[in-house]
Amino acid sequence: MKRYIARRLVQGVILLALVATIVFFLGRLTGNPVDLMLPEDATAEDRAALTRTLGLDGPIFEQFAIFVGNALHGDLGTSIRMKQPAVEAFFDRLPNTLALIPWAILLGMALGIPLGVVAALNRGGLLDRAAGTVAVLGVAMPSFWLGVLLIFVFSVELGWVPSGRMGGPAHYILPVVTLGTFLVAGFMRITRSAMLDVMDSEFVKLARIKGLSESVVIWKHCLRNALIPVLTLWGVFVGNLITGAIVTETVFAWPGIGRLTYEAVIYRDFPLLQAVIILKSILILGINLGVDILYAYVDPRIRLA
Amino acid sequence: MPMSTRASGWPSVAIIERPSSIEPARKPPRYTVWRALLWPRRQGAQRRTARVPWVPIAIIATIVVMAVFAPLLAPHSPIDQTLRDKLLPPAWMGGGSDKYLLGTDAFGRDILSRLIYGARVSLLVALLALTVGGGVGLAVGIVAGYVGGRVDSLLMRLVDAAFTFPAILFALLLAVTMGQGLGTLVIAVSLLLWASFARVIRGEVLSLRQRDFVALARVRGCSAPRIMLTHILPNVLNTFMVLVTLNIGVVVIAEATLSFLGAGIPPPTPTWGLMISEGRGRIADAWWVALIPGLAITLLVLSVNLFGDWLRDRLDPRLRQL
Amino acid sequence: MTPAPSGETILEVRDLHTHFFLRRGVVRAVDGVSFSLRRGEVLGLVGESGCGKSLTALSLMRLLPKGSARTIKGEVLLDGDNILDRTPDEMRAIRGRRISMVLQDPQTSLNPVFTIGEQLREAIVRGYRRARSEVMKLAAAALRRVEIAAPEQRLGQYPHQMSGGMKQRVVGAIAISGAPGVLIADEPTTALDVTIQLQYLKLLKRLQADTGMAILFITHDFGVVGRMCDRVAVMYAGRIVECGPVQQIFEAPQHPYTRALIASVPKMTGPIGRLTTIEGQPPSLMDLPKGCRFASRCPQVEARCLDAYPVTVRVGDQHTVDCWKVAGS
Repeated sequence: MKRYIARRLVQGVILLALVATIVFFLGRLTGNPVDLMLPEDATAEDRAALTRTLGLDGPIFEQFAIFVGNALHGDLGTSIRMKQPAVEAFFDRLPNTLALIPWAILLGMALGIPLGVVAALNRGGLLDRAAGTVAVLGVAMPSFWLGVLLIFVFSVELGWVPSGRMGGPAHYILPVVTLGTFLVAGFMRITRSAMLDVMDSEFVKLARIKGLSESVVIWKHCLRNALIPVLTLWGVFVGNLITGAIVTETVFAWPGIGRLTYEAVIYRDFPLLQAVIILKSILILGINLGVDILYAYVDPRIRLA
Repeated sequence: MPMSTRASGWPSVAIIERPSSIEPARKPPRYTVWRALLWPRRQGAQRRTARVPWVPIAIIATIVVMAVFAPLLAPHSPIDQTLRDKLLPPAWMGGGSDKYLLGTDAFGRDILSRLIYGARVSLLVALLALTVGGGVGLAVGIVAGYVGGRVDSLLMRLVDAAFTFPAILFALLLAVTMGQGLGTLVIAVSLLLWASFARVIRGEVLSLRQRDFVALARVRGCSAPRIMLTHILPNVLNTFMVLVTLNIGVVVIAEATLSFLGAGIPPPTPTWGLMISEGRGRIADAWWVALIPGLAITLLVLSVNLFGDWLRDRLDPRLRQL
Repeated sequence: MTPAPSGETILEVRDLHTHFFLRRGVVRAVDGVSFSLRRGEVLGLVGESGCGKSLTALSLMRLLPKGSARTIKGEVLLDGDNILDRTPDEMRAIRGRRISMVLQDPQTSLNPVFTIGEQLREAIVRGYRRARSEVMKLAAAALRRVEIAAPEQRLGQYPHQMSGGMKQRVVGAIAISGAPGVLIADEPTTALDVTIQLQYLKLLKRLQADTGMAILFITHDFGVVGRMCDRVAVMYAGRIVECGPVQQIFEAPQHPYTRALIASVPKMTGPIGRLTTIEGQPPSLMDLPKGCRFASRCPQVEARCLDAYPVTVRVGDQHTVDCWKVAGS
């Protein structure tokens, strides 16, 4: 198992290097990187200073070396608009996003997995088709529209919940529902197909031969095996969550890293965007690694290999 | 002995005898997109012979017509501002007028016209991105699958990397560095697609590679590129078409998301995502500005997905696990 | 030395019909199967792939695959009790305790994510509360019974850490943990290495001698039949065509199919010649002929064989055959 983890770690680092390289080159592509990184009212002195610090008048490899060197020291540039180091801005906002995400995941699993099991048990029946419709709808709606719609119905018209900003528990409801809806559809789909696969297995037959009750057969024997493929798709979910957070936080004015990304785009704050992308990549890779470890732990065939 | 299977919980069954079916002696014709649409499915095929999804097809057709004939269909110009008529509700609500069937936005622009022109953008971007992204994915898939070896490993590593990182982030970066515009948008959206195309096509090619006609071509001395082009490519086109239809929805939503985030085609060109973004602030007193474009997106994506699923079931059910 | 069968019938199957109801037609996989099994005896059920043997077993356990398969006719009397009449709950209580089954493929029979100990525990506990230590002792004892060395260690292991032969023993342990009166063994050695097969069969014989349970042994291998069984029933195209004591069947097979089957087993002694095979294919179970089902491949076919299904002829003590030729004029 240790080898498995080590291998995933190395792969992660390579991917990160790749991302950083791409980000770096995109920044230098336009031919005038200085303009990208400074506000419009920058003086000639400012430009000269920046050119020197980043080595922008030197060969590209030197620039890259400086870039990597700075990055390893935790310096990923200064936000144009916010006038603070980008890394700082990121970590300021990160906890707010982290407050939201677990709830969305919880919602996704708590609704999605049981729905998937029920759909599998009722294959072809009414419940299955109803659940299928929910899944299809969940995927077809753009999440930002869903958010706006929810605001309109529950906040404007019904006045039940606040429409945005971070705050007490009531403020969490709509953003979590918006963010989690796609997870529900996703979890439901995989759980359903994984369950259908497992329910035909021989060991299920043996469980019935043993005289176990139907619910034990389904919820213990089948689901436990079905959850393994569910875990493998977590990596995809994490990516979706991070993207979804951008949109959701924007719609609900939630001060997290998603909203930060939006602001970076709207205000053309290149250094901030650059930093956000690299840091988010680290975040995604970290979570993926965590999921891989969890997966290796859950499947005894890998844990004891 | 009389039959006795009637305890509660177990269904009572009658004996049903049906005559044996007569199997056709000839091979069924190869299914192409056209045949799937035009010819009825023979009996003896899968249980759930899905009925042709007419409603989704109608919706798709409507939107395509809207996009193509936009200048003829739109009652007003999508960008002319008439501040006098700003924020009028749709015709069926109080205060609305027949002049602006779906109401106006904060600048007095007709929502219906903007919707119609917005369809153009969505479909155009979809077409271009599917061509570029799908094309790249197709090429990568064929090369990786056919050539194999280290080239395959390398390409598949790239594909895995592409799957790990949300391409939206790169799309945003592109918009900031290269400026907003159609080209940037198409490249950005293509980034989302190519990896999944590549993976599926590669799988197809791996199994095609074993077939006799490929071996025959090799024996005849055909070069690898020629084989890939003339033998492999035509055989994966079916799968490619299914992938295209299944991914239209993804592309439309991606384009809308990027437009919403301000990384798509710049205003005043109306795009559905942008309309939602603009209407968001006014949701309290003018819900139609933001909600109607979103409804259009949802309907289009829903229809395209349903159609794509049906097409996939007809052409290549093996792709069901997608 | 196995104790002679006590003569008392523990399982009687009468005219069992299990069909698959598909859109294209009806597959009559088990089409009027009748046999009886006495306490302590081993009855072999032989036939080629697709003749309905496994489905017969599943019908007895009432574990038909969900969907189109249904048992529509017949009686299955376990200790005089028709279990086809039982409710699902009652059936659950019966499975494992009065009738049990060993499946064919040891690689897939055990749940890969639970330990052996856990899977045994489920079989042993069966809803009654018992102290964990007591259960583990019983589990270790069960493993010892199937001749697994160091059972305490094995309890904590997962299926993928064991060889096929060992897994099959575990499956056996699970199957007999409820002390069933009838054990159905569905081709238990087919998926095992040849060298392991013999060991497993000996184990099975020993267990049977100890517990006195009756075994319905399903196989397509006549060699195994000779080794294991007291009586054998030969199945073809959904019906039993011959049934009788092993000795008689081997020495004087009456049904042409049985004869062909025995002749096709390669012999280790005698002159080397061509392997005998049976020409042709079994009929499609959707489209069965109205006469004898073996007629198209029978070397001794007559006109009346095509007209009606043969009557059942008693040719010896407990030896029956379905054949027009044997019936005589």
